[in-house]
Amino acid sequence: MLACCPVDYALNDITPMRESKGLNWSGDLVADPSPWVRYTNDGIVFVDADKKTATDWAQLDILVPEVYCAACIGAIEANFKKLKSVKYARLNLTRKRLTIRWDEQLNSAKDMMVVLEWLGYHGQPFDRKSFDSNQSDKQLKHLLTALGVAGFAASNVMLFSVSVWAGADASTRVFFHWISALIALPALAFSGQTFFKSAFYALRAGRLNMDVPIALAVLLAVYVSVSETLSGGAHAYFDAAITLLFFLLAGRYLDMSMRQRARSAAEQLISMSATAATIILANGERQSIKLANINLGDKIFVAIGEKIPVDGQVIEGKSDIDRAFLTGESIPETTHIGETVHAGSINLTGSLTLKVTAIGQDTLLADIIRLMEEAERTDAKYVRLADRVAKLYAPAVHVLALVTLIGWLIYGLSFTPALFIATSVLIITCPCALGLAVPAVQVVASGILLRLGILLKDGIALEKLADVNMVIFDKTGTLTLGRPVLVNQAQISDQHIKQAASLAVNSKHPLSQAIVRTATERGLTFVTNDTITEEVGKGLKGLDDKGRVVLLGKQDYVAPEIKPTLNYNAEFYLSVAGQSPISFIFEDSLRPDAKLTIDKFRNAGLEVAILSGDRQLVVENIADQLQIDNWQANCSPQDKLNHVNGYQKLGKKVFVVGDGSNDAPALAAAYVSMSPGSATDISQLSADLIFQSQSLLSTYKVWQISKFSRGLIKQNIGLAIGYNMFAVPIAILGFATPFVAAIAMSTSSMIVTLNALRLRLKEKSL
Amino acid sequence: MSGLVFLIPIALLLGAIGLAGFLWTLRSGQYDDIEGASERILDTRFDEKPEQEGDSQEENK
Repeated sequence: MLACCPVDYALNDITPMRESKGLNWSGDLVADPSPWVRYTNDGIVFVDADKKTATDWAQLDILVPEVYCAACIGAIEANFKKLKSVKYARLNLTRKRLTIRWDEQLNSAKDMMVVLEWLGYHGQPFDRKSFDSNQSDKQLKHLLTALGVAGFAASNVMLFSVSVWAGADASTRVFFHWISALIALPALAFSGQTFFKSAFYALRAGRLNMDVPIALAVLLAVYVSVSETLSGGAHAYFDAAITLLFFLLAGRYLDMSMRQRARSAAEQLISMSATAATIILANGERQSIKLANINLGDKIFVAIGEKIPVDGQVIEGKSDIDRAFLTGESIPETTHIGETVHAGSINLTGSLTLKVTAIGQDTLLADIIRLMEEAERTDAKYVRLADRVAKLYAPAVHVLALVTLIGWLIYGLSFTPALFIATSVLIITCPCALGLAVPAVQVVASGILLRLGILLKDGIALEKLADVNMVIFDKTGTLTLGRPVLVNQAQISDQHIKQAASLAVNSKHPLSQAIVRTATERGLTFVTNDTITEEVGKGLKGLDDKGRVVLLGKQDYVAPEIKPTLNYNAEFYLSVAGQSPISFIFEDSLRPDAKLTIDKFRNAGLEVAILSGDRQLVVENIADQLQIDNWQANCSPQDKLNHVNGYQKLGKKVFVVGDGSNDAPALAAAYVSMSPGSATDISQLSADLIFQSQSLLSTYKVWQISKFSRGLIKQNIGLAIGYNMFAVPIAILGFATPFVAAIAMSTSSMIVTLNALRLRLKEKSL
Repeated sequence: MSGLVFLIPIALLLGAIGLAGFLWTLRSGQYDDIEGASERILDTRFDEKPEQEGDSQEENK
């Protein structure tokens, strides 16, 4: 659910924490608040403590993925600053990072996490140093500085160039050329570093990249311009050289800032997947430890609502286990003593004690991760459109300039003027518009995606998505909401719903919660009382207001004498004072726009299929509703992977949408993949795109945007090359003056940028 | 012609001031959180006076 500024997260839903360097960080689960902090309904009350003199401020960096708007910033920063101990609290919305500096004598790092949880945000502390983004931060800053310097130099040099073009001559022109040189040379030396370095490395490795013609053009332009200036000649290319760098740096900056945004999204996901577990020591004491320190045979305690951290055998307790993320099954299963539960499933209704049977690399979850990694390795390398063009373009440009030079030499021109003409060819053909053509479109596109609540983890995905011709959906949690809904409502009276709800409200079982939701939807008021008890794995029992015994739960608990309507667990019975039981049938309901999305894809000529780990009957029902013929049920993660690979071997380009851990290998193997924001960590990790909104239609929208931006990129490349077709003959024939170069370069760059902005118009029609 | 003696240095100086300003905004981290900046303007907390480091300490006294 896309909830801006969440405030009602259950406190038992707390993300375990990882150790953070330089802090006395216990790694404990947040269970009991510190003596300094107390929570009330009105806000946080901070118990006074004598302030000792702080020698140093402790600092904690926390990733908070759920912040979206000004109210989030306000809520978090203002509340942290209410704390006596906190000196500095700042939330970076772009990176979704919160930095807090505070006095450690007063509050511990744990307290800070408790406060954040209390405010309704999930956070994950991280070690600033362990993130490599600092490195790219510096690069980005350097690019921006270079861009600023190039912009300053370009505008000032242009001032003198315009004067020269306007007719300044003789000593004035020489004087202006000298000033231009004085401004342009240091600026070129500073701003051009990125290109010079990259060209140098490419040449040393024996390759040609787009930066080689750029560096060569700039260097040659400087050479001919300086020699023109020295000899008092008419043409200097200082303005062209520096403007060229300015446009190219702008393209480079846009490209890099987009990649960094994608990377920080991926980093967030990686850091969120760290977990801890509660171990039961020999003396019965419970202690929270890191997953890495758990051994086989250890006793582990799993509280209600927690994710099971390891594979283990149940030695105490009984509970309903939600295995949807592992298997795709929508209805939880009851686990008894002696049975094995797997890491990644969620413990719903009762606390469990497990004996660890598999850890780390041996768990079922780790098997899936291995499959996923393997699928990722074999995923064919995709060469970006821009790189493919550059591969052809760079050699062509060099050959053209060289041929021009040799041609003019043969024609009888001396070396310096011939070199001048060859240089003008290089400058005119310089991939200025080409360098802007792709990043400009991608930046506009990723901005639109962000507004739609779609995170792009990799810019390439947007390019690849335009190619897909088949869409495969997972069922549970993707086509469906992943939560059961009462389907035989019409047959159940308000009275019975009311009675069922007053029991069900005491349980965390998803079927019980579905009953409560139904009651609320019907606008019924129901009362509950303290006679109600839950028998884990069976159902609920209690007295109603007239003192009659009411039972709600599974058939064998409520009415062992009858035959169940369904042959699987998605059914509850209600029995009041021994009267004949009433059946409640549940189903995982479709997302409201699932049908629309499927139809749109189908009308666009894409093939649609379902791969699910759920039972035949359930999947068939969903496939019928959506009119999809191509579906598979009972798929293991390996099966899903095989199916996806099979389709791809047939030459299909598959777009996989899934949310469970069981989808992760298929997501990784797919040509492009997407996960909802509610998905498990590892499936989000392996997907290329993540949509935060409740709407499945995002999958179709992102495909449309991708198609349209692919079209724009092609148009832009076409425009850039087309402009060369006109300009190059002029340059080869020696008619290109610096004035012509400046006009041609600027107009082509402007045209591709404006063309990229057409994507915004498309956004409105979505 | 003699006007150039003044005009050129003035033009360069103005440009340099612009560049220095840009470099200052960059160094002081004003581009670190562009999305945040566009949201923060909606925040009424600092309408009276801008935020300063250590503000929370003073408020508590």
